[in-house]
Amino acid sequence: MAEKIFTRNFDRPNSHTLGVYRETGGYSALPKAFQMEPTAITEEVKKSNLRGLGGAAFPTGTKWSFIPKGGTAPKYLVINADEGEPGTFKDRFLLERDPHALIEGMIIAARAIDSHVGFVYIRGEYVRPWEIFSGAVKEAYDAGLLGRSIQGSGFDFDIVVHRGAGAYICGEETGLLSSLEGRKGWPKIKPPFPAIKGAFGQPTIVNNVETIAAVPHIINRGAEWFAGLGTKTQGGTRLYSVSGHVVKPGVVEAPVSVTLRSLIYDHCGGIRDGRRLKAVVPGGSSAPILTAEEIDVSMDADGLKAAGTMIGSAGVIVMDETVSIPEALMVVARFYAHESCGQCTPCRESTGWIYKMAHRIVEGKGRKEDLDTILDVAKRGAGTTICAFYDGAVGPYVSYIEKFREEFEALIPRDA
Amino acid sequence: MPDARRPEFTAEQLNEVRRLQALYPDKQGALLPVLRLAQEAFGYVSLEAEEYVAGLFEMSPAHVHEVVTFYTLFFQQPTGRHVVSVCHNLSCHLLGSKSIVEHLTRRLGVEVGETTADGRVTLLTVECLCACEQAPMMQVDDRYEGLLTPEKVDRILDGLS
Repeated sequence: MAEKIFTRNFDRPNSHTLGVYRETGGYSALPKAFQMEPTAITEEVKKSNLRGLGGAAFPTGTKWSFIPKGGTAPKYLVINADEGEPGTFKDRFLLERDPHALIEGMIIAARAIDSHVGFVYIRGEYVRPWEIFSGAVKEAYDAGLLGRSIQGSGFDFDIVVHRGAGAYICGEETGLLSSLEGRKGWPKIKPPFPAIKGAFGQPTIVNNVETIAAVPHIINRGAEWFAGLGTKTQGGTRLYSVSGHVVKPGVVEAPVSVTLRSLIYDHCGGIRDGRRLKAVVPGGSSAPILTAEEIDVSMDADGLKAAGTMIGSAGVIVMDETVSIPEALMVVARFYAHESCGQCTPCRESTGWIYKMAHRIVEGKGRKEDLDTILDVAKRGAGTTICAFYDGAVGPYVSYIEKFREEFEALIPRDA
Repeated sequence: MPDARRPEFTAEQLNEVRRLQALYPDKQGALLPVLRLAQEAFGYVSLEAEEYVAGLFEMSPAHVHEVVTFYTLFFQQPTGRHVVSVCHNLSCHLLGSKSIVEHLTRRLGVEVGETTADGRVTLLTVECLCACEQAPMMQVDDRYEGLLTPEKVDRILDGLS
């Protein structure tokens, strides 16, 4: 059985409380981090091969190193708890079952980048996770783990818990910053990257919940240990959110090198009702789909990239043989049409067109040219927009049609 | 509940507005939390409430309107006493969200987006609420309810005031 890091306390009663977190070694990385130079913390995280676990898989330590050194201007740490990628739910589990790991990780990350204020942006629909996380923040303040001179270290750090108001695009880091600043969540053109000009115009690091929850363990047990759990290019275990037609859906912790087949059959009990696997979305709805024959892949960022898809948020959606892929595409296309923020023309227009075409195909009113039109529209728009949202939509548009074209064609009337 | 068309916070709520505004390097950061407060206080965010909130931030009502209309959790019209939001994204779709929505529309006698005549329930469909392990699922006001069956949906509805 592989080592459990993120989930080690998930099944303990009251795992969200300071008492239980401390009983299992919680907040013991903090004194170590206070003894380390900030740059040494960043170096340790670099060596651990921790990569962003929200979607982009960018090396975390490298990201931190982009923050300008010195200066008197404030720097901000922003936690992306705007979990919204369809098929993903692991950050909800972390906020509810291990909130102090995020708080401890934030303090350490803040010391590394010389930030004294951190914002945690929690999606508006997450009421219970917000309540539990806010309770943990209060406990930490009461115990002197947040605020002025934490544990006599001379290091000050405050956490502001910020609630979103319902918009998938705010999970995109610059959209999130726009929203945090009290505006609609429109992504911003990069460069400048947030590390140079982020929240409220100041240098900012935006990291996912799970990414930061890994940090105390890396400081405690060392970069080599963490790196050794994974592949050459990505360290650690991670949380996979597995849903759809598996026997046991849920959050699974496994080394990043676990195969998709093992996740489905060993960890989640295989396919329900004795049915056969048809297809899997391996990394949240924006990840190109894999067929049942393509599941012998390593679930690390580079393994899935080599397989022509992406790990994204590690949301694994499993489809059995009864699933209509055209219907699934219509559902996904409806989502992208609804959530496009409207800023860039190719995304705003194409997501609407493609949803309309996918919808009429499912209704039996498709036209012969629709499939090629969808592929053409999808591919032309890719890479032309401010953020990665549209590229994410293109993943399912193209892969569902290219891998299951006959199924779409069967729905289009011959005389259309 | 105070009149949404003549919105005004109490002294206590105004203190909360000032506390929220002080949390951010620029008080504008508190706009979303204050709009949430307004919605809780007045039931929904009317145009009048937008203007009132704009005054508290010394910003244009147009900016506040732009924000309110961007996010799904701000309501520009009164809702029922309870808001039932059924997820219809991929994982819930695979596990039967369509039949849950159909059951709700029949049982409540409304279409998606409508409120029952007695003002009890507003029915919505929403994108992924990120609780796919419990699919099919829905949000009832602040609560997540998952592993839905028509029978379970009936029990939940029976429990609403």
